[in-house]
Amino acid sequence: MGKILLEVRNLHATVAGVEILKGFDLTVRAGEVHAIMGPNGSGKSTFSKLLAGHPAYTVTGGEVLYQGENLLALSAEERSRAGVFLAFQYPVEIPGVSNASFLRLAYNTVQKQRGGEELDPLEFDDLVREKLKLVEMEASFLERSVNEGFSGGEKKRNEILQMALLEPTLAVLDETDSGLDIDALRIVAGGVNKLLNPGNAVILVTHYQRLLNYITPQFVHVMEDGRIVKTGGKELALELEERGYDWVREEQAARQLA
Amino acid sequence: MSAVQQINRDDFLDGLVRCWPDVAAQDAAWLKALRARAAGRVAALHFPDRRDEEWRFTDLSALRELNFEPAPLQKLQAPFADFERLIFPEAAATRLVFVNGHYAPELSDTHDVPPGVTLAHLKGQGATHDLAASTHLAQHADVNHEVFSALNTSLFPDAALLFIAQDVVCERPLHLLFISTAQQTPLLSSPRCLIISGRNSACTLIEEYVGLGEGVTFTNAVSEIVVEEGAHMQHVRVQDEGREAFHIANNTVTLARDAHYQSINVTLGARLSRYTLGVVHHGPGTECSVDGLALISGRQLADTHSVIDHAASHGKSTQLNKCIVDESAHAVFNGKIVVRRDAQLNDARQQSRNLLLSARARVNAKPELLILADDVKCAHGATVGQLDEEQIFYLKCRGLSETAARNLLTYAFAAEVVEKIPLVSLKTRLRAVILERVHASTETA
Ligand SMILES: Nc1ncnc2c1ncn2[C@@H]1O[C@H](COP(=O)(O)OP(=O)(O)OP(=O)(O)O)[C@@H](O)[C@H]1O
Ligand SMILES: [Mg+2]
Repeated sequence: MGKILLEVRNLHATVAGVEILKGFDLTVRAGEVHAIMGPNGSGKSTFSKLLAGHPAYTVTGGEVLYQGENLLALSAEERSRAGVFLAFQYPVEIPGVSNASFLRLAYNTVQKQRGGEELDPLEFDDLVREKLKLVEMEASFLERSVNEGFSGGEKKRNEILQMALLEPTLAVLDETDSGLDIDALRIVAGGVNKLLNPGNAVILVTHYQRLLNYITPQFVHVMEDGRIVKTGGKELALELEERGYDWVREEQAARQLA
Repeated sequence: MSAVQQINRDDFLDGLVRCWPDVAAQDAAWLKALRARAAGRVAALHFPDRRDEEWRFTDLSALRELNFEPAPLQKLQAPFADFERLIFPEAAATRLVFVNGHYAPELSDTHDVPPGVTLAHLKGQGATHDLAASTHLAQHADVNHEVFSALNTSLFPDAALLFIAQDVVCERPLHLLFISTAQQTPLLSSPRCLIISGRNSACTLIEEYVGLGEGVTFTNAVSEIVVEEGAHMQHVRVQDEGREAFHIANNTVTLARDAHYQSINVTLGARLSRYTLGVVHHGPGTECSVDGLALISGRQLADTHSVIDHAASHGKSTQLNKCIVDESAHAVFNGKIVVRRDAQLNDARQQSRNLLLSARARVNAKPELLILADDVKCAHGATVGQLDEEQIFYLKCRGLSETAARNLLTYAFAAEVVEKIPLVSLKTRLRAVILERVHASTETA
């Protein structure tokens, strides 16, 4: 078994005074792929953004350890530099900042922190063109403003391109598959698979089992009302696809009665 | 109003304008007559205050409390320490420099001015350019009603002249550099420009105002630009005077049939600045694009008033005005668009976008539309906002520090205007200046 990368214990969190996470537990080891599924509004994005350090969420209980250290003590940029990566459900558009200069700034900032080599624009161009192939993106996307006017699928590919450049240790992909057609899904999933290695781990937040045909998770978790209520293997995803979430709720209610 | 206030009110203008006969001593008769008339208008007009609609948000009382004298001729050690950084390689030998409104031959260089282009100063030409100058000077600026234009006309010690002959395409950009120097006593500089772009000609002009030394100065500038039939002109104006400077400038642009005028105005300096731009589309088929960027902090006030007057049919105007306001600074934008009766099939677009970087920063942005023709397209919009927290979070999630994220987004806001500047060296310089100022203010925040 790989070493533990992430340990979330009994996490409680609020947004705008409302409790969203209500005792969330999760352990992720190096080399693992986890899928988190669950109905709309169950708190999947809340957990993802909280992990990345979004200021809107207040932790009211529990703890999050990343490689044995308290992740919650770090700012968003420190988490990113330490290898935590969030692929956004809704990537943000930044007019006026070219994708190329943004990617290079991000790459060099993270490289500097990790003691790696910083690249000038020409060197970086070589690197980024290599990575573009991974997600089958045209080089013309580099000249455009970050995500501005990108289609949904293009935005998601741009997220995976950033993941490829920053080489995270723990990546959370929040519905990176939503809204993709089958070709784009294959491309994105292929890119993620190439980035997986025994030293890192991925958490896939998704509504659809079809993504899991391309990226095989060891664990599938069902999230409901701010906590994980059921964990199984990849066959659980098929069952959810077929039967919906109601039976999980009933099963849980029965367990609570017993 | 009491008698005491009445006297005070006139002191400022009277004290200055009474110097006009000294300034005019060597002038040709036509110019003397022009100055006498302008001086008469100064005496008749009043010093604007906030009850004047045009000065509602810009309080000039701090200016009026000071005693200025018209700046005498002053020679700078050429080239002085910082001079190199003021030169653009593209316009190194197509440059006129004025110090406190006086021509500075030791700092100017016109070796590369091509045939068909006149880059000269009024006082040095004897009678050579008198005809063109006397035909146009003070014929476009509103000397009759606008007191600062009248004051400038009565007092300007010299004028920059730029004439592009018919059909001449001037590849080299032309640079007019106005330096104001701070002295023991507060000085008034009255820079003046007359630019005539002949039929079907093309040129790029950089008009720049900078300050040397620490101290109070007052620059009262007037430019008149005539773009004749089918001519194309690009005009970049940069104001980066010292933090104690007052800067008031009036620029009047007259477009003949099928003329194109593109201008970018960048305001960085001065304690209080006011730029009044008037573009009149006299002939049909004219186009103008007038963009502006103000980047201010501390207690600076930057006011831009523009009037785009569509007086003929089939014209087009676009305007993008941006202000980045930090600390306790205050930006004012008043963008008036007039489409006169019978000026059909005009297309006028205006956008005003404002970024407030601190809770104390203020902006007054106001579009003003006066559309008298019925078959026109006219669109305008104004936004005032802060940096977007979700954008900041996104950048931080990719490793950027809070400061780096804020700087990048602020720069990106400015870039939309800066990137349109046709001169690479100026664009590069402004990029650096903007990043430096944005950086300085986030560090002290
Ligand atoms: N910034 C916020 N302000 C107020 N409420 C919020 C905020 N962010 C999330 N919520 C609320 O928290 C709950 C969980 O939202 P979250 O986005 O985490 O759900 P999700 O599981 O990702 O849903 P989906 O599958 O639709 O993406 C929702 O009820 C949502 O309205
Ligand atoms: Mg979500």
